[in-house]
Amino acid sequence: MAELSDTLLLVAAVIYVAAMLGYLVEFAFGTRGAVARVATRPARELVAVGAPVGASGVDIVSPVQPDQPVREGGTTPAPGRTGVAGVIGVALTVLGLAVHVGVLVTRGMAAGRVPWGNMYEFVVTLTAVFALGWIVLLALRPTLRPLGLFVTGAQALLLGFAGLVLTTPAAPLMPALQSVWLKIHVSAAAAASGLFLLAFVPAALYLIRAGYDVRSRPAVAGSGATESGVSESDASGLAADGTPAPRVVGFPYSLGRALPAADTLERLAFRLHAFAFPIWTLAIICGAIWAEAAWGRYWGWDPKETWSFISWVAYAAYLHARATPSVKRTTATWFAVAAWLTMVINLYVINFVAVGLHSYAGLD
Amino acid sequence: MRSVRAFWRWLTSMRTALVLLLVLAIAAVPGSIFPQRAVSREAVQEYIDEHPDLAPLLERLWAFDVYASPWFSAVYLLLFISLVGCLVPRLRQHVVNLIKPPPDAPARLARLPHSTTRQVGQGPTEAADAVRLALRRSRWRTAQRSQADGTVTVAAEKGYLKETGNLLFHFALLSLLVGLAWGSWYGWHGNRLVVAGDEFCNTLQQYDEYGLGARTSADRLPPFCVTLHDFTAEYLDTGQPIRYAADVSYVEDLGEAPRSWTLQVNHPLRLSGANVYLIGHGYAPVLRYTDRYDQVFTTTVPFLPVDGMLTSQGVAKFPYANVPPGQTSADPPAQLGLTGVYQPTANPDPAVAASIFPAERDPVLTLTAWQGDLGLGSGAPQSVYALDRRQIALGRLTEIDTRTLRPGESWTLPDGSTVEFLGTRPWVTVSIRHDPGQGLMLFGAGAVLVGLMVSLSGKRRRVWARIRPTDDGGSLITLGGLARTEYPGFADEFARVVAQVGGSPPPEREPAGVGDPGGRGGSASPAVDQAKG
Repeated sequence: MAELSDTLLLVAAVIYVAAMLGYLVEFAFGTRGAVARVATRPARELVAVGAPVGASGVDIVSPVQPDQPVREGGTTPAPGRTGVAGVIGVALTVLGLAVHVGVLVTRGMAAGRVPWGNMYEFVVTLTAVFALGWIVLLALRPTLRPLGLFVTGAQALLLGFAGLVLTTPAAPLMPALQSVWLKIHVSAAAAASGLFLLAFVPAALYLIRAGYDVRSRPAVAGSGATESGVSESDASGLAADGTPAPRVVGFPYSLGRALPAADTLERLAFRLHAFAFPIWTLAIICGAIWAEAAWGRYWGWDPKETWSFISWVAYAAYLHARATPSVKRTTATWFAVAAWLTMVINLYVINFVAVGLHSYAGLD
Repeated sequence: MRSVRAFWRWLTSMRTALVLLLVLAIAAVPGSIFPQRAVSREAVQEYIDEHPDLAPLLERLWAFDVYASPWFSAVYLLLFISLVGCLVPRLRQHVVNLIKPPPDAPARLARLPHSTTRQVGQGPTEAADAVRLALRRSRWRTAQRSQADGTVTVAAEKGYLKETGNLLFHFALLSLLVGLAWGSWYGWHGNRLVVAGDEFCNTLQQYDEYGLGARTSADRLPPFCVTLHDFTAEYLDTGQPIRYAADVSYVEDLGEAPRSWTLQVNHPLRLSGANVYLIGHGYAPVLRYTDRYDQVFTTTVPFLPVDGMLTSQGVAKFPYANVPPGQTSADPPAQLGLTGVYQPTANPDPAVAASIFPAERDPVLTLTAWQGDLGLGSGAPQSVYALDRRQIALGRLTEIDTRTLRPGESWTLPDGSTVEFLGTRPWVTVSIRHDPGQGLMLFGAGAVLVGLMVSLSGKRRRVWARIRPTDDGGSLITLGGLARTEYPGFADEFARVVAQVGGSPPPEREPAGVGDPGGRGGSASPAVDQAKG
């Protein structure tokens, strides 16, 4: 059963990679994709010239840019040959998740316990939550499909690393982990981590998209582009001679072209973080209750505890920044990105480097 | 005075709170880089020994006591003061909001993000009652106001729970600080090592290491005694432990019959006023030394594990050995010390002193005998787990020989005295703790979570209706809605409210101030609307 589980992990990783390729085809060659855009550039530029929407100076509510290629809230991505690639990507993601769940089930059967007792199993569990969250999100908002490339990319990376480096034989738990709190504390931590990862995707992509919006705005002599995501309603996309001045947007901001609108990504990132944060809080509280029973104190500044506290404070800072009108949305989102970085440090650096009581990783 | 006020405004501003949150997160990092006294005194000492140049500077910066340091405390206390300064006015405002009726409708409802117009056959008063009833059925708080010109407005608000949850969350955080302080003032703890067969009672003298809260004293410790009868450990073939169990018995009141308990890692012994936790375990070799004058000394020396396979190290000291008959004081040059490495399962390679399994499958004890002044007379404190290195360096304590023994074997030293390895007894380390702040912490943590969920899922929104009489005896109802927080579902909710109000869309010609259904035009003015109509 343990071997079956290991094989299934490989299968799941391969399926996710295949799904990623599907999303990639759509991302690059789709009607909104980078390649397609290059192919249709003359037409697009014509549109931009012919539609100086901002000229009236009235539209202050919607941040639609004259140049903005993507603005189709509520409609599914355009069908077509590349759309099929995206649909295949989604189907493969679902299949990958099914196999992924199979990895956990067989692992649990092999070990005779819940399948999140060491670092390898923790990563497999959190990525399963990540994939499940993505599928649910996609079912609710089909327009988010371009994000699938990044979701499955992260997924393949994490699972590959888990399978190659973290893997440990299935075994019963050491005495310190034999508690009902393992089921609650670790599953909450894995769920919150998976959801924070899912939230990180639109957060990072929002920064790219917002950066793209700023950088792709036609340059005007004497006026620098502002950082803010809110559109400027000046019609000065036109240079002195009346032609738009196209600007070259460098990587990674060039990715922004095929992404959903900035405010869509930003709102999604916020809602996902707001959903994950109480789960993370629950994980920390359950951990404290468990620590009291196992080690005699509810909080002892063990490195793992310290970093989960740091992550909690960082995410709290993001939620506060997001709720403060005077803080720019891009600034607030950088908080979220930094907070995710602390989660990564807690999982990948602390487990390897620090000596603590949370020595469940089974890496020695 | 003005500067004080300015400082207070600065401290209680959201920007300052954000900066303090970030500083708090960063300030917590060094505690995971440097070893902390609160976590492991031994690790700190080791670090200081390894970094003699850096350690004094780090010590001055409180790097080994980060979470008790003045600068860490300053950050979180400032944060909590900032929090209080922000919370108290918000609480007052929230109470006012809860008492006062929802504010009256703004002059131009059509300028709100959601607005529409409905025509009904009832007069304004009846129509207002109907609107109010519909809103209250969906648990909106409503207020009705009548104006001189016969216009009636209904104001409704919902989602007060959001701010309630927000305040609950932040006040619960404050309660955590109180619980923490309470626990550190009135709590205490003690750690000790107990060899199987031994008993200890709850007095500070019995603990190897202890900490008393600032507001508690040694004579307040509850009286109880605990005896360790046996300790068993089970392992997988890989050496991974799967079960530790310590059989103990305890009495909480002197004279009462002892009760028994199986102490396990996640199964502490909870007594009134203290809890006993199983923290660690190991082996204590039992050694019998018969000196040159046939004096017999038997000692049980706990050895400390150095790896996961329980290779253990320790030392036995015999300061009163080899005292000639008739002499009453110790004879330092003739004292005996034994240093040893114990392997519960001997390594197949005799040159490697590293056990290959943590249970006693093939136990061997490798002893090195040292003779001379153990240095105990100097009065300086000494580790019970090592010989005095200075005495060895000074040549006062010299190595005699090394021998590997199995249980039951004995070793005759050159002077005719003998060392016998009788076997081992298991030992455990226990932590005895009392933290009276724990209950409050648990309660506070629960409130934090509830407050957080309510606050993050709550949506504050307002709906207004302005009802004007029409010439035909009916009414024209203008409805406007405003979500005051992130709430994408508000459009649907507003549509439901409109459906409950009923009526029909008005005919083409609209009076002034009526917007297009669901109109979002931020700059729409009544004049524009009229023109549109």
